[in-house]
Amino acid sequence: MKLSAKHSTLLLLALIIALAPIFFPSAYYFRIGSVVFVNAVAVVGIVILTGYAGQISLGHAGFSGIGGYACALAPVHLGLHPALAAVLGAVVSGVMAYLVGRPILRLKGYYLAVASLGFGILVSMVLANETAITGGPDGIKVADLGLRTLLADAGVPLTNAQFWYAFSGICLLIGSWLALNLHDSPTGRALRALHGSEIAARTVGVDVARAKVTAFVISAVYASVAGSLIALQNRMITPDVAGYMHSIEMVTMAVLGGAGSVLGAILGATILTLLPQALTVFQQYEQIMLGLVMMLVMIFMREGLLPSLTALVRGRGE
Amino acid sequence: MSLLAVEGLGIRFGGLHAVKDVGFSLKAGEIVSVIGPNGAGKTTLFNMISGVYTPGSGRVLLEGEDVTGLDPYLLARRGLSRTFQNLQIFQAMTVLENVMSGFHLRERGPVLADLFALPGSRRRSREAEEGARRLLARVGLERAAEREAGALSYGALKRLEIARALALEPKILLLDEPAAGCNAVETEEIDHLIAEVAAEGTAILLVEHDMKMVMRISNHIVVLDHGEKIAEGDPAAVSRDPRVIEAYLGAQAQESTHAHG
Ligand SMILES: Nc1ncnc2c1ncn2[C@@H]1O[C@H](COP(=O)(O)OP(=O)(O)O)[C@@H](O)[C@H]1O
Ligand SMILES: [Mg+2]
Repeated sequence: MKLSAKHSTLLLLALIIALAPIFFPSAYYFRIGSVVFVNAVAVVGIVILTGYAGQISLGHAGFSGIGGYACALAPVHLGLHPALAAVLGAVVSGVMAYLVGRPILRLKGYYLAVASLGFGILVSMVLANETAITGGPDGIKVADLGLRTLLADAGVPLTNAQFWYAFSGICLLIGSWLALNLHDSPTGRALRALHGSEIAARTVGVDVARAKVTAFVISAVYASVAGSLIALQNRMITPDVAGYMHSIEMVTMAVLGGAGSVLGAILGATILTLLPQALTVFQQYEQIMLGLVMMLVMIFMREGLLPSLTALVRGRGE
Repeated sequence: MSLLAVEGLGIRFGGLHAVKDVGFSLKAGEIVSVIGPNGAGKTTLFNMISGVYTPGSGRVLLEGEDVTGLDPYLLARRGLSRTFQNLQIFQAMTVLENVMSGFHLRERGPVLADLFALPGSRRRSREAEEGARRLLARVGLERAAEREAGALSYGALKRLEIARALALEPKILLLDEPAAGCNAVETEEIDHLIAEVAAEGTAILLVEHDMKMVMRISNHIVVLDHGEKIAEGDPAAVSRDPRVIEAYLGAQAQESTHAHG
């Protein structure tokens, strides 16, 4: 039986997630792995917005902030289970994306990039300044998800790092599955059509403003879930999650790997999460490094790493 | 009643009066051609009818209803479809996907069904794919279905745009120079295709520089020059009209003497 491209991508991803621990030199790598997966979840959302629909957002970390702080605040103030708090965060992010996106996405050009930048800054300022509720710049504690204890009781004992490695890996698989489904669906074709030629998309009956809002809302939910995962995994959250640098990081990861492809985006997230671990200079000069990566990609491989490499390999093969 | 009627349509770009007070109408199954020299305002006229530009004056009526200035996607829902003189292809999509996107109005459904690949979503995609493959066969591109559209030749892309426009099963089809850049064989194929589509009852508004083709397949011809309608009538009458010969055919005759001489 021949596997479809979608299924072979998912199978490859599942195998990598399942088998990578064999090569881990220390338990610390489970922690790094889970950070890679969480970043990748947000970047898969960017693939839908930027790679499919061709829209640019510079404020998606704002939605991660909403998702993260929902997990911190909703259990305390509303008595919600942390898992339900993450769902609430996703819903709030989706609604916010709709409200922010709807008026802007009717306009042409780069209004979305500018407005989303403003939105992200606004969220991170509220989180940093509303100290009474959010705990301010030092951050706030997050309740335990409780799933690990449940698993231990059921006879599956995992260390904290192992659990979050597996949990965020599964979240990434689900996120990738949804994004790949969307790619080859009527909605996905409409999004990619408006990316290719907005005027032709309108001519075939695509309500372009509505399609852009759809992509914006979906990608906001991805960013929100990533923010929730960060909060739940670290058992605490700071306003940095909503910061401008985090938004830029997401876009850079997507662009580096190849914004049009889910696997490429995951590769981009992996590289830019691992580099600062391997090179301390990268950590020290993160902003400069991100700028440099973005420039090099734009100059030498505008399609991104994975599509450029694939094209290279195909070119040789023929 | 006419399917499409245009009344007193006009638009200005700064000081340029690109189209002035143009009117005509179109019935089901009819092929009406708009001819005129380069820059006469033919594409601009198409852009106003299809909602890409909002007319400065005049009205566009679809089945008697005023649709002036409606967005193209709303006009698509009312059965108007078009191709572009300067190709508007979805370059990064496959040839098949380009035509499938022409089925958008019939294949669209709830976003959640698409995200979770529910059976309804997959069925709609499958139906669009079957329809798109039939249309690709009709324009002779079935073997290029899986290729990336950006890799096709100019003539093939022209036919791809026609297939995508036909996917809407339009009542009215606007074709802006469908045979430009095509060789003699391809031109004749397009010629047959247009006649066939009209015979099925679609009203066709055509802009084309190939005069042999225009004279052969048009029921009615509208002649534009400097944005104004200077003549209209059946092909025989138009080709005898002295103003037309001066404004357009004469100019073209001169051009071809230059080219050959
Ligand atoms: N968007 C625009 N802005 C300014 N001028 C335009 C625009 N579109 C068309 N024109 C001008 O209007 C005139 C008619 O152009 P067009 O409709 O493309 O002619 P045709 O299709 O008959 O060759 C030309 O002089 C052209 O330069
Ligand atoms: Mg033109």
